[in-house]
Amino acid sequence: MAEQSAVTEASTAAGTAVGARVPTVVADRLNVVYRVHGGGGKGNAVAALRRIVRRQKSPNVREVHAVKDVSFVAYRGEAIGLIGTNGSGKSTLLKAVAGLLPAESGKVYTDGQPSLLGVNAALMNDLTGERNVILGGLAMGMSQEEIRAKYQDIVDFSGINEKGDFISLPMRTYSSGMAARLRFSIAAAKSHDVLMIDEALATGDRKFQKRSEARIRELRKEAGTVFLVSHNNKSIRDTCERVLWLEKGTLVMDGPTDEVLKAYEKETGK
Amino acid sequence: MSTVSDTTHGDAATAAASPVTSPDDGLSPAALAEKYGLSVSGARPGLAEYVRQLWGRRHFIRAYASARVTAQYTNARLGQLWQVMTPLLNAAVYFLIFGVLLGSKRGIENYVAYLIIGIFIFTFTQSSVLAGVKAISGNLGLIRALHFPRASLPVAFTLMQLQQLLISMAVMLVIVLFTGEVPAWSWLLIVPALLLQSVFNVGLALGMARLGSKMTDLTQLMPFILRTWLYASGVFYSIRAVLEKHDLPWIVHLLLELNPAAVYIDLVRFALIDSFGRNELPPHVWAVAVGWALVAGIGGFLFFWKAEESYGRG
Ligand SMILES: Nc1ncnc2c1ncn2[C@@H]1O[C@H](COP(=O)(O)OP(=O)(O)OP(=O)(O)O)[C@@H](O)[C@H]1O
Ligand SMILES: [Mg+2]
Repeated sequence: MAEQSAVTEASTAAGTAVGARVPTVVADRLNVVYRVHGGGGKGNAVAALRRIVRRQKSPNVREVHAVKDVSFVAYRGEAIGLIGTNGSGKSTLLKAVAGLLPAESGKVYTDGQPSLLGVNAALMNDLTGERNVILGGLAMGMSQEEIRAKYQDIVDFSGINEKGDFISLPMRTYSSGMAARLRFSIAAAKSHDVLMIDEALATGDRKFQKRSEARIRELRKEAGTVFLVSHNNKSIRDTCERVLWLEKGTLVMDGPTDEVLKAYEKETGK
Repeated sequence: MSTVSDTTHGDAATAAASPVTSPDDGLSPAALAEKYGLSVSGARPGLAEYVRQLWGRRHFIRAYASARVTAQYTNARLGQLWQVMTPLLNAAVYFLIFGVLLGSKRGIENYVAYLIIGIFIFTFTQSSVLAGVKAISGNLGLIRALHFPRASLPVAFTLMQLQQLLISMAVMLVIVLFTGEVPAWSWLLIVPALLLQSVFNVGLALGMARLGSKMTDLTQLMPFILRTWLYASGVFYSIRAVLEKHDLPWIVHLLLELNPAAVYIDLVRFALIDSFGRNELPPHVWAVAVGWALVAGIGGFLFFWKAEESYGRG
């Protein structure tokens, strides 16, 4: 539920339906640390052998503390924007929520299995778009009938075939925008409890961005929670009513879109 | 619910934070998660649940395997024809070297059939292992993009190899017929033999998939390991004859006799080649074949499942 509209709904909610705020993601003092092996030191064969013989770990294991002590609760039906400058830890946070990165300390609890759509989350590049739609659907746990029923919708939504018969070509022949559109269309065909989109729409054209924003709003209505990472403040404003602002791994601010974006724009001097 | 670390923006965030007083407000995050039945993200499902999930993805596994088979040869002009040509050319090369040049057919009647069965059956296990090593490490994009039980991939790759094997088998049967073997009821024994080998291969592929996902050096190492295994499996020569002629230490003797690849190869030879009699088989051959299938199948599955949550990380 929207933080924004929470104010107006407070009167009705206070007495009765507080239960409507069902949490879907709970992050509890989450810390994520990357360990980079062999960041320095000699990379030649002799050095590698000497390390193995002496049973040393790679020389200088560098640690990157990418997410620091982040806590938040996301609710059903919310669309949450995630902003911050490059390298502030947005992608890392989403990967940890999706269970793709282990937490150093703290925990993330989720409702079901969150799905993460990343920038370069290639599916099966050497297979045709058609195969990707079918296999992607099956992998997400859809039945064959469901996919058959939705196949045309998925292809139409992606708009891949607008410029000719591209759906029967291998996905490696797609432009980056086309690939991103197809990936989003496949993932969006199913209703998700938690869907996280990490700049996956950034390469899409204006028309597709509009269309996918509409789909995100729909997914929210289907009682899901959507996270959206974008450097385009307008698309955050259009889709999200709550925004998390990360900077250097810490959660600087968490609140209604307008206020957080205003503060963010002031900070980044826009 | 708001977290405010930056005091300058504090007023804005707190204003939005708690207009609604809910009974959940006092709960700790862990208790809140518990109350709404949330689970720790990325935790490994229980074994029974995992098997159920995997069964639920059976259509994905089948479709993925056949899509890969089709895609495999799309860059070649001759396309699918290579599925038949590759085993044929392989057989021709090995026959030229081992049959004609080295003349290792000593004492083996119908050496052509003997050799070809050895190569094709060994190739099935070999390619399953190679595909297994790369099943996770070569598909990180798919793994990171979609959620499905990861064991689907090694299983699908083994299924793909099985599909290739069935084509090779057809080629093999034709060649075997040409060498003068007559079809007999014993030919049906290749069905249980290949089934057991398939289970063995799936288990092996699962195990290798986990190892390959962690140890990137494995891809470099595998060809050598597999070649050693090939030479120890009696593909070109008769293990029996070697064991009888030389007085090998008992441990080598035992290893050669228990070698799963050799066991599956000999079972198919026994099924198809008339002159390859029961006395050519190692003792308790079916028990060993079943044993290997169970050990590798169950062991490999458990070993793979134990690290389920870690695939795609890093
Ligand atoms: N695989 C990795 N190994 C080591 N450090 C990493 C890795 N991935 C990210 N980092 C570091 O973690 C920090 C956060 O990176 P992250 O990718 O989460 O940023 P981001 O907010 O998504 O940035 P962007 O807006 O550019 O996408 C950065 O300092 C980055 O250098
Ligand atoms: Mg990022």
